[in-house]
Amino acid sequence: MRRVLVTGVSSYWGGKLAQALEQDPDVETIVGVSPHDPTLELERTEFVRVGTQHALLRRIVQAAEIDTVIDSRLVVDSIAASPREAHEVNVIGTMNILAACGGPDSPVRKVVFKSSAHYYGCERDDPAFFTEPMQRPNAPRTRLESDIVEAENAVHGFAERNPQVTVTVLRFANGLGPDLDTSHGRVLRLPAVPCILGFDPRYQFVHEDDIVGALEYAVSNDLPGVYNVAGDGVLVLSEIASLLGRPLAPVLPPWGTGLAAAGLRLAGVRIPEEMAQQLRYGRGLDNRKLKAAGCRLRYTTREAVQKLAEDLRVRELRQGAGAPYRYEREVEEFLRYSPSVRRRAEREADSSAR
Amino acid sequence: MSSRPGLPAPSDTQPTSSAGTSELRAQLPAIEPERQVTDWGRSERIEGLMDKTVYDWLYHYWFRCEVEGIENVPSTGGALIVSNHSGALPPDAAMITKAIKEEHARPRPLHLTVEHFFKGYPGFSMLVAKIGGVPAHPANVHRLLADEEQLVLVFPEGRKGTEKLYKDRYKLRRFGRGGFVEAAMRAKAPIVPVAVVGAEEAMPIFAHMTLLQRMTGLLYFPITPTFPHLGLAGFLGYLPAKFHIRFLEPVATDQWGEEPWQDRGLVQTVADEIRSRVQEELIDMLSARRSVWFG
Repeated sequence: MRRVLVTGVSSYWGGKLAQALEQDPDVETIVGVSPHDPTLELERTEFVRVGTQHALLRRIVQAAEIDTVIDSRLVVDSIAASPREAHEVNVIGTMNILAACGGPDSPVRKVVFKSSAHYYGCERDDPAFFTEPMQRPNAPRTRLESDIVEAENAVHGFAERNPQVTVTVLRFANGLGPDLDTSHGRVLRLPAVPCILGFDPRYQFVHEDDIVGALEYAVSNDLPGVYNVAGDGVLVLSEIASLLGRPLAPVLPPWGTGLAAAGLRLAGVRIPEEMAQQLRYGRGLDNRKLKAAGCRLRYTTREAVQKLAEDLRVRELRQGAGAPYRYEREVEEFLRYSPSVRRRAEREADSSAR
Repeated sequence: MSSRPGLPAPSDTQPTSSAGTSELRAQLPAIEPERQVTDWGRSERIEGLMDKTVYDWLYHYWFRCEVEGIENVPSTGGALIVSNHSGALPPDAAMITKAIKEEHARPRPLHLTVEHFFKGYPGFSMLVAKIGGVPAHPANVHRLLADEEQLVLVFPEGRKGTEKLYKDRYKLRRFGRGGFVEAAMRAKAPIVPVAVVGAEEAMPIFAHMTLLQRMTGLLYFPITPTFPHLGLAGFLGYLPAKFHIRFLEPVATDQWGEEPWQDRGLVQTVADEIRSRVQEELIDMLSARRSVWFG
């Protein structure tokens, strides 16, 4: 039986992971923490509104005897937070959460850390497929990348100091899926796919369900070390555009790309710095270590793009069909804790007594 | 021929095949038949188009390639093909690829290692990968040789070979730092040296223009018989030199025991030996050649 703490439960994948773990009979307790309300409907998960204050987290960990911590709150996309917030969450937050999990009296035996392939960066001199032991050949170029590198270094330090804890670091390729809001997802939903003139970069994606699946796999299996998570197959951008049925628009010049990206931002298309790097040089990951460890991903990169294409065709229809269910916290809490709610078990006990 | 004085004697201890590599090899992504582009960014369509039009014509009619020793290219497993390199826009890579395609009993695609420069320069970045160019990163070469068991073509002279002037033709430059030997040793893949005659005369370089090179950010800005005065089209203006391509006997790299690349001296010795084999072969071929244009 596992007792699990999920950080960043308000994010899409944090919520999805909590939902998935709720279905697992091996997971006894799920505690979700986040400074914001959850966005997905959660049943069994106990939600605690708390940031990354390590003293508070430590009390929760101790009191609930948490043995597995899944840290899914890393900011891996510049559109998700301002640089200052991202730094706060990625560097300071990671430090605090690790502080809450460490120590000789801690009940924590496993830490799963959701990281990003931005750890490797994206440069001209990169290998075509990054393997886990590879260091990035150049210093981090963007603030986001250096924050991710710093956060991961803190995790590796934690793993060294706490040999009793199984530490898994999952480096995800760019996530893609109908429900996922990322800078790449937004750009690929445009009527034309912007690209840099004269470049056709290699891209690898991981489907949103596989992100959750890989995190779940790391919870139920022991995977010490670092693992790349990316769908099989590396596509070039022109291939992606044709799968989506969109034309390529070489609106970014090869020189002065940053300036043109700033201009596009005024037009409502945001191409963050790390994405501009990917549009220029592309990136591929070697996912064989994860596959050898037994984790099967459901979608290849191509299938992930096809799923997005399918969604694009029916998106307007779906939006018109009604607003999605929103998690209403008060109602859920009432249903869960109010003495006025008669549970099914009680009802059955009542009827059998009668 | 098999035991030249230059090559170090093989060691008694046979390398054990590591189980890890074959396990990882089994995890390579499956081929998706609907795709026309490989994971390396190589496009069958564009490559096929180039092959049918430009390469085919150059190979048969313009350069009239003559190939010897094609049987030295193994039909299975990874192999590193090492060649001399020359010409401003070198035609030798395309002609070696075409030679294997045309003459070999079991033709296989050839992956050509190119400078990282090409990945960073607009235009080249799109095209070079599509026609089979792979950045010359040791990890890329290893994956191709050991895991995917492909043929890889390297030019150890690199830029030093292509930018050399007409007066220095057929004088081999330094063979890098022996990185190609180390890559082959790690992958336990044989090295097949190749000597190419004709490419030096196809697009000779008479001089370099450093200022224009700096302004364009290119690798070099040469003066050839047709460039720059005929514009960009001049870059394709090859002179019709007769090509001779000779594949030499493969050098096994798993004959020096466990982890031979740790011995830097051995790596350098093997690199030098391969360099001198190619150089000797070039001299031999040149001495038999009566005319640059008719062979």
